[in-house]
Amino acid sequence: MNFDFSDDLKLLKDEARKFLEDKSQPAVVRRVLEGPDGYDKGLWAEMATMGWTGASIPEELGGVGMGALGLCVLAEEIGRSLAPVPFASTMYFAAEALMAGGSDAQKKAWLPKIAKGACIGTFALAEGPGKATPKRVRTTFRNGVLNGEKLPVPDGSAANIAIVVAQTDRGIGLVLADLSHAGVRRDHVETLDESRKQARLTFANVPGELLGAAGDGERLLATIEQRAAILMAFEQVGGAQRCLEMARDYALERYAFGRPIGSFQAIKHKLADVYVATELARSNAYYGAWALSKNAPQLALAAATARVAANEAFWLAAKENIQVHGGMGFTWAFDCHLYYRRAKVLAVANGSTRLWKERLVTELESANAPG
Amino acid sequence: MDFEDTKQEAEYRANARAFLNKNAKPRTGKGMLYRAAHATEDVLGEARDWQKKKHAAGFAGITWPKEWGGQGLSAINQVIYDQEEAQFSVPRGIYEIGLGMCIPTVCTWGTQAHRDRYAVTALEGKEVWCQLFSEPAGGSDLAALRTSAVRDGDDWVINGQKIWTSGAHYCQYGVIVTRSDFDAPKHKGLTYFFLDMSSPGVEIRGIKQISGASHFNEVFFNNVRIPDSQRLGKVGDGWKVSLTTLMNERFTIGGRAGVDVDEFLELARGIELEDGPALKNPTVRDKIADWYVASRGLKYSHFRTMTALSRGDTPGPESSIGKLVTGPKLQNMSAMALDVLEQGGVITDPEVAPMAALFHQTLMTSPSSRIAGGSDEIMRNIIAERVLGLPADVRVDKDVPFNKVPTGKGGT
Repeated sequence: MNFDFSDDLKLLKDEARKFLEDKSQPAVVRRVLEGPDGYDKGLWAEMATMGWTGASIPEELGGVGMGALGLCVLAEEIGRSLAPVPFASTMYFAAEALMAGGSDAQKKAWLPKIAKGACIGTFALAEGPGKATPKRVRTTFRNGVLNGEKLPVPDGSAANIAIVVAQTDRGIGLVLADLSHAGVRRDHVETLDESRKQARLTFANVPGELLGAAGDGERLLATIEQRAAILMAFEQVGGAQRCLEMARDYALERYAFGRPIGSFQAIKHKLADVYVATELARSNAYYGAWALSKNAPQLALAAATARVAANEAFWLAAKENIQVHGGMGFTWAFDCHLYYRRAKVLAVANGSTRLWKERLVTELESANAPG
Repeated sequence: MDFEDTKQEAEYRANARAFLNKNAKPRTGKGMLYRAAHATEDVLGEARDWQKKKHAAGFAGITWPKEWGGQGLSAINQVIYDQEEAQFSVPRGIYEIGLGMCIPTVCTWGTQAHRDRYAVTALEGKEVWCQLFSEPAGGSDLAALRTSAVRDGDDWVINGQKIWTSGAHYCQYGVIVTRSDFDAPKHKGLTYFFLDMSSPGVEIRGIKQISGASHFNEVFFNNVRIPDSQRLGKVGDGWKVSLTTLMNERFTIGGRAGVDVDEFLELARGIELEDGPALKNPTVRDKIADWYVASRGLKYSHFRTMTALSRGDTPGPESSIGKLVTGPKLQNMSAMALDVLEQGGVITDPEVAPMAALFHQTLMTSPSSRIAGGSDEIMRNIIAERVLGLPADVRVDKDVPFNKVPTGKGGT
């Protein structure tokens, strides 16, 4: 049994933590949250220099070739530090989509740029409130051009390319679009977490290229959502763990009724529950990482399990972190709300808990997971 | 990242499987691992025979040092053996407390003569041991126990009552912690012994549980004499010795802990609700997902623990969450099972109730899994204090002579 990351990856994780504790302090997150920038350009450039934007990209395409597991350990640290960078959009969605469905030419055109940090990518699925199911998507891709509106698109203002989910003559398709085209209009849209800004993207006769074969869109979409769910679960576990530590530290230093509030069982039991949820989420994320790295047949179920556990753990940890901090946790000055925002944004970013629970049970109905 | 055994582990697993294939029947169906309600002479005889075979084949005392008659192997070997054994129908349970907790305490604190006399005999299954710790006034607060030990010549005279003693009615020996000094503070006046359960003055009464079964006993001590040579540790050091017993609780890895998602799916497929099979109902599906996530989270946490054991590391705190997750899940799942049966959910007749009333049994046994071996509340305290490093509770009875500690109506 070796259900753990390799020593090399653990070393990478330690280095990532040290780097982010220095470069992605809450003040950095707040600067993006409160300012006009969509992300922290300096931090993003340094991450690229260290090879993070090439972590999962094969060496022959300019990447570092660490595979999905490398991305998992980085994701956890990024989640922990709330790094205000378009890492999730670029790496979990755009790069994964290109690797899963791109032609050789498409891969060669974009993956080396992503690896170098010269290209920000994103994934455009939603079309306003409610669920953009394959049937309900109104954006079209016909005669080689995209038309329609996507809202919200994470990092939509910053991205150089987008993978756009659109109707084609053969069902939905995933369309690669260069966002520098004049037919693309981008408008910032105010969201819950301005430390990673989102946008409304309008496409008017924007040229695009289909990823994968015609008619393959739904399968490809499911694969990308599953892979991203596992990578994002690591971000969420990192965030949940940090919330737990913040709450624990505050419970030790804050006194009430003559004792640290952390000595009251009402607080201890609450934090024990957060610990349990975080551990379950971490273990489920590990299994997801295994399924991801092996492209195992259990991927769909592993992704749903990791996603549900991570959504719930980060949300529980973030809201109880505010609760333990009491009134101070409700102030702008304390950092609790940064995590509270991120927790909820990640929980709906790639399908809600409700949606993934339904997917999970659908998988169980067809076959029980082996192993 | 993989789930493969190392070469040595694979060999050990193959040997264990070969032994089991030759000597035991595979488990069929989804039979539960409930202990027999009444350990009849037949059941005990089968358990004795099985333990003897295990010992002869070198699968007893796997982690015990060789000096005690064990195999001197590591915890991962025990886990591997347990995983393999769990796939077979074998009489388990009656030796777990003795071999897992009592004998290691005797060997750690006793003399060479004690080790020679008791360790191998227990390992071979010839003698069964029980643990006499809990009392009516000392459950979660174990050190509040009041059973008294008074020195009289070469003996100690024991008076009082123990409770929740599994297997007391078929055990030859027991370990017991007593209060030898009522003037000392709670943890300082305790003394630890082992005793022959057939000693005059020992009276054992079964406790009827809410499920109707009787797995536990009350044990009364009326002027029971224990020779001083059967004292383990110094007079007044009983708490320290007790911690050895409690720390030796076995790793519970790889075993099934009652009903789980598979059984619920089977039930939900077969029951019709107002809008079709229960399995298609959104509320039911929401719960199934919750239980699956919890169950798999635990399973993969066990994999992490096994990974640590396989490397020879001490498992991290992730191994402490199992009981806290499983107990409430069993209870909630069985409650939901009865809900989907609607008015028919009241029927406990195994001829009528689905799946031979498996969920009804679980409903009535699951409260104990939230209490026994550390209640949910105690488990949360342990996680908060030992894992998260939060302060221990304020102890109003600390440094107070035991006989001055308030007891409320529960005390005498």
